[in-house]
Formats: sequence, C-alpha cells, structure tokens
Amino acid sequence: MWALPGQLSRRGIIGMNRRNIRYIGRYNNRRLYPLVDDKLKTKLLAEEYGITTPALIGTVSTQFGVKALGGMVAGHSGFVIKPAKGSGGKGILVIERVDGDGFYKPSGARLGLEDLVRHVSNILSGLYSLGGTPDVAMVEGLINFDEALSEYTYEGVPDIRVIVFRGYPVMAMMRLSTAASDGKANLHQGAVGVGLDIATGTAVRGVQFDRSRRDHPDTGHELASLRIPEWTSLLQLAAGCYEMTGLGYLGTDMVIDRDRGPMLLELNARPGLAIQMANGEGLRPRLDLVEKQSDRLGVSERVAFSQRHFARLGVLKDLPEPELAQPCPSK
Amino acid sequence: MSRLPFYLIVGLLMALGIGTSLHRHIQMEVPWTPGEQRQIWEVEAIVDFTALGDPVRVDLALPSHQRGYRILTENTASPGYGLSFLQDDSGRRAQWSIRSATGSQQLYYSVRLQVTDDRRQQQILQPPLRDVSWERPYDTAASQVIESAWMRSADPYTFARQLIRDFSEDRQGENARLLLTQFERTPLLVRLLNQAGVHAREVNGLLLEDGRRRQAATSWIMVFEDEQNWALFDPRTADQGQPENLLLWETGGRAVLEVQGGTNSRVTFSMLSRNQPAAAAVRSQLADDTLLNFSIHSLPLEEQALFQTILLIPIGALVVVFLRILVGIKTSGTFMPVLIALAFIQTTLLTGLIGFLLIVSVGLVIRNYLSYLNLLLVARVSAVILTVIAIISIFSVLSYRFGLNAGLTITFFPMIILAWTIERMSILWEEEGPKEVLIQGGGSLITAVLAYLAMNNPLIRHITFNFLGVQLIIMALILLVGNYTGYRLLELRRFKPVTED
Repeated sequence: MWALPGQLSRRGIIGMNRRNIRYIGRYNNRRLYPLVDDKLKTKLLAEEYGITTPALIGTVSTQFGVKALGGMVAGHSGFVIKPAKGSGGKGILVIERVDGDGFYKPSGARLGLEDLVRHVSNILSGLYSLGGTPDVAMVEGLINFDEALSEYTYEGVPDIRVIVFRGYPVMAMMRLSTAASDGKANLHQGAVGVGLDIATGTAVRGVQFDRSRRDHPDTGHELASLRIPEWTSLLQLAAGCYEMTGLGYLGTDMVIDRDRGPMLLELNARPGLAIQMANGEGLRPRLDLVEKQSDRLGVSERVAFSQRHFARLGVLKDLPEPELAQPCPSK
Repeated sequence: MSRLPFYLIVGLLMALGIGTSLHRHIQMEVPWTPGEQRQIWEVEAIVDFTALGDPVRVDLALPSHQRGYRILTENTASPGYGLSFLQDDSGRRAQWSIRSATGSQQLYYSVRLQVTDDRRQQQILQPPLRDVSWERPYDTAASQVIESAWMRSADPYTFARQLIRDFSEDRQGENARLLLTQFERTPLLVRLLNQAGVHAREVNGLLLEDGRRRQAATSWIMVFEDEQNWALFDPRTADQGQPENLLLWETGGRAVLEVQGGTNSRVTFSMLSRNQPAAAAVRSQLADDTLLNFSIHSLPLEEQALFQTILLIPIGALVVVFLRILVGIKTSGTFMPVLIALAFIQTTLLTGLIGFLLIVSVGLVIRNYLSYLNLLLVARVSAVILTVIAIISIFSVLSYRFGLNAGLTITFFPMIILAWTIERMSILWEEEGPKEVLIQGGGSLITAVLAYLAMNNPLIRHITFNFLGVQLIIMALILLVGNYTGYRLLELRRFKPVTED
C-alpha cells in the first residue's frame, strides 16, 4: 500500500515539492508563463518559429462576438472549441461530426448551436481560465489522427506528452483517452498513459489510474505493440519549444496528424508527474544528467543525445553515433 | 544560488520568536499554560482622620513593583477629593486634596498584587549620611553604645546586627534604656547607624497574612553595605533579611502617611489572598508595556477579542501548509478550510459540520439548476451567494422554531466563500465527476476540522494570544516547509506501483 521514501528515491522518482522548487521554480521564469498559459499566444509564437500546430478556424473574444460562432463553424465537419487560458484540459469541447443543426461529441451526445454558444460564453467569462480571468475562445480544426493509432484509443485524440528539460527531451508518454476519461486525454480523469522509449518511440508500459495496464480498457488492444511514427521529428519539434519559449522545464503535448505529421497541441509550464508512472522510472537520473550538459547544442544534437542516453536497456545497443554537425532546423 | 540568506532569515525569525517569548515568560511572568494558578494579594489601605474644616492634603506612600510582588491594578475611593499620583526619587505617592472638610474622613486605596518568582533585589539608592547631634546626657550614651557594637563587628551588616541586639529586650544596657526613654526605637537606631558612618534608613512594610484586617505598617531598617547592596533588619529582633511575606510599602525614608489639615490620622491595612488562573492575571496587568513588552493586552477589550481570532489564523495557515506540502491533501480553494474552521469555532464542531454539509449540498442542487439558465459567471456566482443566504436564513428560522438554538450559529459561515466553494465544486462535478468532488470536498473538510482542533485548543489559544513571538516561529516554520523538496505522504502511496516491478 505504501512505499518507503528510500524506495522511491532509489528509483529516481521526483515528487511534487521537488518538481516545484527544484525544476519549475529554478528553470521556468514566471515572466514567460503567459506564453504557454495562453494557447493563442503559444500558437502564434509556434507559427513564428516554424512549429506546426492545428489549424485555427477563428477566435471569439467578446460576448458580442459569440453570435458569429454559427457562421464561423459553418462548413467544417468537425472542430474543437477550447479556452485560450484553460488548464488541465478544462473547457475543451470536441465536435466530431456536424449533421444539420446537430453537433456531435465523440461520445455521440448531440448538442445544439445554443449549447455551443453557452459553452463559448462560459469560456469568455473565465469559467475555465486560471484565476477566473476573462478569456478568449479558440476554434481549431479537428485533428485527423493517424489510423495506425486509432485502435489504441477510444473516442478522443491520443496525444504524446514529452518532458523537455533545458531543451533535451527527457521522458515521453502517450495518453490514450478512454470511456472513463470521457474522450479526454488527462490521466487523472482515467486516460491510459503509455510510457514511450525516447530512443525509438515504442511502448514501455501502460498505466491507468496510477495502476499498471497491459491493454486498452475499452478497445482491448494490447499496448506493447504501440510504436509512434515519425518519432525523431516529433522529438525535434518538442525540443525546439525550448528555444521558442525559454522555459527550462516544459511539458509539450504533441499529436500526429495523418496528413501534416507531428504537431504541437499545447505547452505546459507545470507538467505533471504521472509520466514517471507510465514509464515505470523516475525522472531524477535523466534530469541530473541533462543538468550537467552544455546548453550550447542545437536541437538535433540534443535529441540525438537524449536518444542515445535515455534509451531503455537493450533496445539501442548498436545505434550509430549521431552526426554532431547536423544543422539546427531553421527558425 | 546560495541558500545561506534563507537560513539566516529563518534562524533570525526563530531566535527572535523564541527570544521575545522567553522574555515575556520570564520578565512579564506570562505562564506557558493557561491553567497555571497565580497567587494574588488584594491589599486595602484605609486612611482615617478628623478634618478641621480647613483645606486638607493627604499624602500616602504607595508600593511599587518589587522583589516577589508585581502590581496588577490599583483603585482608590475618595468621594469629593481631588487625587493625583506622584512619582519621585523617594517612590510613588498618592495625594488627595480638598478645599474644606470637617469631621471623620475615610479614604481608600486598594491594590492587587501578583506573587512572582522574581528574586532580584530592588534597586534603591543609598541615602546620604545625616549629621547627628545629641543633647546631654544622650551624647555619651550614644557614643558608648556605638563603640561597644563597633568593637564586636566587622562591617556595616554585623555592626547593625550588634547594635540592634543591644537594644533588644533581654540585653538592654543602661545606655540603651536611657536612649529609649527619649527616642523611638527605629529612628533611634537609624540615627546611631548614621553617626557610626553606616548608611541606613527607616522603611515601612506590611506583613501579608491572609484575611487580616486593620493591620498597621511595621518599620524596618534598611542598611547599606555600599552604593547598591542593602539588607533589611528587623529593629525588634535584629534578624537580617526580608521575610517572604513582607511587602515594602514605603522605601524613600518618608512617612507612610502625611496629613495636613486633619488630626488623629492613621492608616490601616486589610489583606486577602486569592488564587486565580494565570491567564486572568496576565489580562489584568498594568499597561506599562514598552515596545519590547509589546502586547495585545494594551488594546481595548473589544479589539483584544478581535485579535484573539486574528492571531489564530496563522495556526490555521500552518495546518494547511503541513497538510498540503507534507501530506498532499487536496482542498477546494487553498485557504477556504481555514475560514470554515474559523466558523466552526463560533458554531462548535458538530453543528458546524452539519451546517456546512447542509448548505453546500442544498447549494449544489440549486446551482445545478442555475447552470441550465445559461448565465454569465459573475451573475451566477452572485445568484449562488443569494441562495446561500436564503438557505442560511431558512435553516436559522427552522431550527429556532424547532427549539434548536445551536442552529442559529449557522450565520457565522462566510457566505461568499461558501458560494465560491459551491460554484467550484459544481464545476468540478461536471468536469471530473462526483469522485473528485468527494476527494476535494473531503480533503477540505478534514483540513478544516484539523485546523479547527488546532485553533480551538486552549493551550494554543493561550500561547498565540500571549506570546506574539510565536508568530515569528510560525513564519520560520512555514518558510522551512516551503523549502521542502521531499516526498509528500500521499505520494508514497501514489508512486507505490513503480516500486513493484
């Protein structure tokens, strides 16, 4: 039932207090928080730095503008409404299918336009934002996620969380939504977390509700065979967010679009610790190693470093030395 | 980044906090526990005299803080008289005055004294030597008495003892008897001591005995060894040292009572001993606080009661800090539980818990309906505030009708905080489901109950109210906990599966 503190620290598990003081407090400058707390700002910044994000259909920033919502979403077969300053997936409404006047959530529940208007109105008045401040609603295009991954998820889009520390990707997991999580990819709401090997993007192990899992609870598909396509370019995209935001301890949420490849969904300046559960391994040794590295390296060098040093045992014994002269991706 | 300044600040706060608390305990006699009993003496002085129809001035010596006794409060009763308190080198005195009075007069002065463990000797300045001249044949007698005592002594104290002994009943010689026919014993002894070059003065004291009435002050001889050190001698027995129950009333070398415009004056004392809780004794201390003795007790009573509550809030905050950082309990709103705990103090725990659950659950049902009305956030929360007020009013009236007076205390709940709690829990319910509501609501309630138990503890109430230094210690503790990077208690459980394979 209870672990001893010694057992946890031997495995390099870091707790909330250590994360807050030692990493977030030290490496994340408060001044930079608005860049990631406001998804609209993140999106505009990402465009500037050449990082792909889902298409923006439009924004609503005044209660008066709510009337334009119907016109804005007309012609789109699916879209996502989210608060720009929401946290923990709060207030994100996914419309998968539009049928005349009906808007359908992934669960099949039907909403009318007035429901969407009410939702946007709630977002604007700050219901989902940090501290209840007035907010902006963003309408984004639906992500066409890779078919290869569809059998691993129930309803919502599976996303990939990569912890990027000082620009080095240190740990990754995929979050698969379940019936219990209502299509949302948040672990504490019941999504399944699958730890990913940094070297190859293959599954390490899975957890749901902090307990070990071998298969998806709804689709029944076993998790071990999961392998993320375009893994290295996904890691490079994630690592590039360090230059983009300047935040040293960053949670990047990525998705893989069938047509556009890896995309940045959102950033988190206070990423959770459940990723350690999904990987069955503590962050501490990896963070300690990265702290000893120079911060002069380019994106692909850092990714190569991580892939070599954070590979799971036996997976990557004969990986060739990364070419250190690789140019950084252009901004 | 050096942590040295941080630990310096924490150390400084700790040292300051402990230092000022110890100072208050030792210097001001404030006890650590509220239950400690302190002995209190109530002494009443009654001045009797017959006025002659002229202007009257009455001058009465008053006691001051001294070894073993601390003055708590003093009162006077003197209808028609003007009264002023004077303080000079010779001590404190009360002066009554009236333009004209006739017949028997009575003036009252009463003082409450607390028995203390303070063992330091009072600072009293050595009086100058007085020139002494005698008429015949007393001069010869005096010098012979002095010479005889001088031969048998080595220093001022032994000399005084020998001299007094020569005047005691069984050893009186011819010379002593001769001198006693003309002079009173104590002034005579002081005179002889002065003549021999020993600094001495007559002082008046009161032997405290429980329940005694109409006692007179007794005279004592204060003999100085040097500038600062002195000893008391009993002029009757030559015993050296101040008896435990002797309260020095007048130490300036003046008379205890001086009356102008009256005759047959005398002062008598009655005294009574009582035990009272130390906390009450602290409360009635004179407000002669300096900055170092900075105390809430110098404020008016109403503000004191307010501060009693305010000073408890840091305790609640400390409980929240411990539970969130060291244990990892989730609460709805960081310090909401502290405010609920404050309400519990007013309502008592059981009534408070029932009231809280009633208001929040009824509020949640109504809030659920409000969410269908599609209102803007501020308007909806305002509507919830009104709902909370309505619930509180209805429950108050209902419980009063049913004869449950405890139900009336439900009004002590902070309504706006409750409204926000309901709003937040309702959103939590919609987004994360009832389980998370139970976790956070339960966490808040547990925190509130623990904070209540801490804040309602008589010992903690006593210490936070009487030792302001404790606030600095709490501050230091909070800073220290804020620096803790170890695991939270609940994380030991959360991360347990990782250690299993």
